[in-house]
Amino acid sequence: MDIDLLTNIFYAMVRTGTPLLLVALGELVCEKSGVLNLGQEGMMLFGAVIGFIVAFSTGSLWLGVLLAIAAGMLLSLLFAIVALGFNANQVATGLALTIFGVGLSTFAGAAWVGKPLTGFEPIALPYLSDIPLIGRMLFAQDLLVYLSFALFALVAWVMLKTRIGLIIQAVGENPDAASAMGLPVLRVRTLAVMFGGAMAGLAGSYLSLAYTPMWAENMTAGRGWIALALVVFASWRVFRVLLGAYLFGLASIVHLVAQGIGISVSSNLLAMLPYVATIVVLVLLSRDAIKTRLFAPVSLGKPWQSGH
Amino acid sequence: MHKKSKGPLLRTLVAALGFSAAMSASAADPLKVGFVYIGPIGDHGWTYQHEQGRKALAEKLGDKVETSFVENVPEGADAERVIRNMAKGGYDLIFSTSFGYMNPTVKVAKQFPKVTFEHATGYKQAKNLGTYLSRSYEGRYVGGYLAAKMTKSKVVGYVASFPIPEVIRDINSIQLALDKYNPGTEIKVVWVNSWFDPGKESDAANALIDQGADVIFQHTDSPAPIQTAERRGVYAVGYASDMAHFGPKAVLTSIVNNWGPHYIKASEAVMAGTWKSQDYWGGLDDDTIQLPISDIVPADVKAEAEKIIASIKSGEFHPFTGPIKDQSGAVKLADGVVATNAELASMNYYVENVKAELPK
Repeated sequence: MDIDLLTNIFYAMVRTGTPLLLVALGELVCEKSGVLNLGQEGMMLFGAVIGFIVAFSTGSLWLGVLLAIAAGMLLSLLFAIVALGFNANQVATGLALTIFGVGLSTFAGAAWVGKPLTGFEPIALPYLSDIPLIGRMLFAQDLLVYLSFALFALVAWVMLKTRIGLIIQAVGENPDAASAMGLPVLRVRTLAVMFGGAMAGLAGSYLSLAYTPMWAENMTAGRGWIALALVVFASWRVFRVLLGAYLFGLASIVHLVAQGIGISVSSNLLAMLPYVATIVVLVLLSRDAIKTRLFAPVSLGKPWQSGH
Repeated sequence: MHKKSKGPLLRTLVAALGFSAAMSASAADPLKVGFVYIGPIGDHGWTYQHEQGRKALAEKLGDKVETSFVENVPEGADAERVIRNMAKGGYDLIFSTSFGYMNPTVKVAKQFPKVTFEHATGYKQAKNLGTYLSRSYEGRYVGGYLAAKMTKSKVVGYVASFPIPEVIRDINSIQLALDKYNPGTEIKVVWVNSWFDPGKESDAANALIDQGADVIFQHTDSPAPIQTAERRGVYAVGYASDMAHFGPKAVLTSIVNNWGPHYIKASEAVMAGTWKSQDYWGGLDDDTIQLPISDIVPADVKAEAEKIIASIKSGEFHPFTGPIKDQSGAVKLADGVVATNAELASMNYYVENVKAELPK
């Protein structure tokens, strides 16, 4: 295995892991506040289609990204109204949101199928991108990948180091106590849900404007669900979300590269690799049950109303 | 996602009550034709082309037919449920359009002997169940010829879905063309274990290009591999629909499936009562396969490709003409012998010069 091959694998690993990372970061914040939103796949698809339509019509990729984020937030606001405002079952509402998002994106995108678009191209930083192994991976990506690095840093900092992070956690752990302390529980949760929607919309636009710049129905192909599982297996810890997303990306790429080289392993086994590797590693990391319980949001998925 | 066109209320009610079998279609009733799709109609590939075929049918026969489709139907139990619901719902003719629908279709066909079924790319027939497929290997052979002429690295890449005869046959067909027109050229195969996942298809194309492939073929349903080839500055051969606009500098040709004529013929036969179960193979000769060759192909190469197309059309040349050996060197087709449809339909070996190993 030569060094160019490894460089390429690491580069592709980040590209493949990025949509998962974006969605999982959003869902992490959302779940930390105590809300389980299973609508990620739907919000991603809606973001993907809106991003594509806007970018194609206006010629501005960034406007596409911006409105994709808005589209994700719009759907998540719908979720918040039903699940938080009316206290509907969060699992059912989230599933309904996914079904709605899939249908809505198909409907909205019908006229945009089969249209080619020049998406975000990779921008290589001089010198840095020539570093062996990690140069291409970190410094020769497109702008949305760079943005995902920044967003990861932002979420990690906010969740671990700031008062906002503490407030989100307090609301997710014990909403009654948080409310008694004067925290606006529902407002915090609504904002967390909308942040999740924004990230899913952004991830969708990454798919339709950078990863494979086109619109095709169902183009997320289950990535929203994988990201949801990642958050759980990462036991709600932000660095493990990053690890899990890239690990999944790495295993997906190795599965493809190994076949081209002619390593003869059953391709069905190889296809399982991303799932198995990610789960095994994250489960091993989380085998300390007490610590894991410490990080799991206690009130996850439980409806809450003030005055109870 | 189940789109239904207009239908008399009474008939729908009766069907809903399960009395559909009692209502044999009278002459005035439109023929109800149902389609089951593996992907979204907007995949711009395999399913998209079937949908074009359905539209051609609806347009040609007008109110003599009533068509509808269900898209995104996973292979397996879901497929059986969808096909059975159609049969129960008073459909007269049902097209199931993916290899993995074979056993579900066979099962439902047995339970509904009065309904006519046609299954794409399979090999199991029954009295009321016919099969149909496109001889995509003819297009692959011509694509293989173009690849042989255009490759510089002598490595060709193939983004593959599942190791089923249809896919294996097409890989072999390309290798045979490479052997003839540029000996020593290798085909690398990457299986993505999916018919439709643009991201993964693109990753696979990238992996192949990283490993030296400079012509990319695909046996998956989205234009993502084409787009990747265009971005990376290598050539590509599209599949299922004309994908040239996704890679104007990359696409040498696309192997376009044109299903409309068959859907029209089959529907007319059912209406006339002359439909018979058969194994229909449509190819270049009857326009089921179309090969728009791009202008980026040099004129002399294009002229030669047109000659190959003409010789396949006239029946003078068949890509699978012996001597053909498998990877172990065992003779599969003796000198001058042409493969039968049955042999093609069950092809489960790579030809001699394919370097990859067939997944078990």
